[in-house]
Amino acid sequence: MSTAESASSPVPVKLDAVRAESKVVTPSGRIVRRFRRHRGAMVGLILLVLVAVYIIGGSIVFSEADANYNNTGIRLNPPSAEHPFGTDRVGRNILARTIYGGQISLLIGLLAVTVSVTLGTTIGALSGYYGGVIDSVLMRFTEAMLSIPSLLLLLVMAKFFGGRVSDVQFLGRTLSGSVVVIILIIGLTSWMALARIVRSTVLSLKEEEYITAARALGAPNYHIILRHILPNATASIIVAATLGIAGAILAEAYISFLGLGVQAPTASWGNMLTEAQEFQIIANAPWYWFFPGLLILLTVLSINFVGDGLRDALDPRSDKKV
Amino acid sequence: MTKYIIRRLLQAIPLLLITSAVIFVLLQSAGDPLATLGGRVPPRPEDRERLRRVMGLDQPIPVQYLYWLIGNDWVLIDRDGDGEPETPGTRKGVLRGDFGISSVTRQPAMQIVIDRLPNTLLLMVTAEFVIITSALFIGIYSAVRQYSLLDNVLTSLSFIMFSMPIFLVAFGLMYLFAVKTREWGLLYFPTAGMFDPRVGPTLGQLAWHLVLPVTAVSVVSIAAYSRYVRSNMLEVINSDYIRTAKAKGLNERRILFRHALKNACLPLVTLVGLDLPFFLAGAVVTEKIFAWPGMGRLFIDHLARLDYSVLMAILLLITAAVVVFQLLTDLVYTWLDPRIRYN
Repeated sequence: MSTAESASSPVPVKLDAVRAESKVVTPSGRIVRRFRRHRGAMVGLILLVLVAVYIIGGSIVFSEADANYNNTGIRLNPPSAEHPFGTDRVGRNILARTIYGGQISLLIGLLAVTVSVTLGTTIGALSGYYGGVIDSVLMRFTEAMLSIPSLLLLLVMAKFFGGRVSDVQFLGRTLSGSVVVIILIIGLTSWMALARIVRSTVLSLKEEEYITAARALGAPNYHIILRHILPNATASIIVAATLGIAGAILAEAYISFLGLGVQAPTASWGNMLTEAQEFQIIANAPWYWFFPGLLILLTVLSINFVGDGLRDALDPRSDKKV
Repeated sequence: MTKYIIRRLLQAIPLLLITSAVIFVLLQSAGDPLATLGGRVPPRPEDRERLRRVMGLDQPIPVQYLYWLIGNDWVLIDRDGDGEPETPGTRKGVLRGDFGISSVTRQPAMQIVIDRLPNTLLLMVTAEFVIITSALFIGIYSAVRQYSLLDNVLTSLSFIMFSMPIFLVAFGLMYLFAVKTREWGLLYFPTAGMFDPRVGPTLGQLAWHLVLPVTAVSVVSIAAYSRYVRSNMLEVINSDYIRTAKAKGLNERRILFRHALKNACLPLVTLVGLDLPFFLAGAVVTEKIFAWPGMGRLFIDHLARLDYSVLMAILLLITAAVVVFQLLTDLVYTWLDPRIRYN
């Protein structure tokens, strides 16, 4: 707009000056600014970067072999200069284990969300776009999945897939097959809310005139869904995905805590706590559960903060804050 | 209204069927229930085969599901394995109230679940009561004194608590209020079981043993609920009819509790109604940590042994509770808010 005005004005105006005056705000620029003004989101982001530095930088200092090395001569030692977070029941270095466990927990969070977002978006889009029988079948299935408590469903699925997947190589680490199982089952049990959101977005848009226009021009259905409809749901998908990572990390922690998750010797923040649940350890070796627990808390908290900030930043109605 | 209720209940039937089928298939394919049969001496191969036929495990999964659902007393089963069915089946099926026999304890599955249900209910109903009262208290205070120091503190705290895994809360509580306070010679709480076996299940004992598990379950939910109450309350307080009431000169307390609270509470009813059945399941972790003999622990213990009759009974009970509570919530909602009508 401003360029057109400056071109038509009789006095030549420097473009930069016009921009500076009218403060051209692109939509993405506005989102970034809203996000940066969200105090919680910034705190969350900083925390998250710190956690990332901890689990990635830490792996330069300690090798995975260090994390799995056990020495029963130093069982349950309290934090010291050599083992800042103490040692566990078989004398492993808890600091090193939280680093490698953190990689697993975050990896599970990210990949599980990838699975659930893909599933949720696909099911929601198909259901909303095609309607009719497809819609009824998919939505009844979604409701059925929603009415089974997710923790119990996760446990049943963990039992179902347990031991069926062999170890895999990923980013230079050998991961126990249980990691893949956890990623799958968390993904398979957490797509329902997003499917509903995407479905309602699709429903509200598919009768719009620009969709009819696209169809009249001969655009195939997949093109209409992918290029014309789904981009409108990006905001909801991003927010759901971000909060989903926090949920997935917690879910991993719960299943591993109950002994059906990631299997030793691969560490995860959740299975480090399984070993700590005897009363003697809770009472006499608080460092055993405190550090993995604290890291779960910090990570989940920061992701929730970021998700909250994203929700406010991406919602055009929250403009009053700017 | 009756029509509406009937329609909703009819809609629940396919839902329960789908759910039970999905879980049944998952459980049946999860492993061999005979492999872990009660931890007894492993049966001889021929006994194992016979057991498999008696329990119906030799049938394809869809047939097993059918037997589970409607029983097998209308068919003959082949007990001796000569390829010729001769013995009539004995199971009546879930639709006739027979949930099968637990492969671990040999008792009727539903009976085992019902025996444990009151323990879980005791824990969860107490927790729900604590959650609602504290959330209302905190939420209302935060809304009325918006942006005050205490409101800010509570807001930050609720964010932290909301991200807490229950086991961290539980371990922390145990460490502080059972270990440390004992060392310091202060009041300390029991961390396992429902009562002191020397005293028996008296009311005092139960209450005493409930303190830590209830606190652990509540903390996370109080955080979420109080945020919800706060935002609802803020919305109501800033609405026109509250301003009118203020302009009329009504006293603040009366406005708050007679006019505002009622409307601010409405959405909470939905939240509680929808969350309540999931609470039954959410007890798994807490019950395990505090050795509380409830349904959640029953689930974990019997999952390890693939005792599918008991597992199916628990899951079906909770799913049915979810459906019923959804309906109840909708009904209570119309009763509380006459503006809403269902047809």
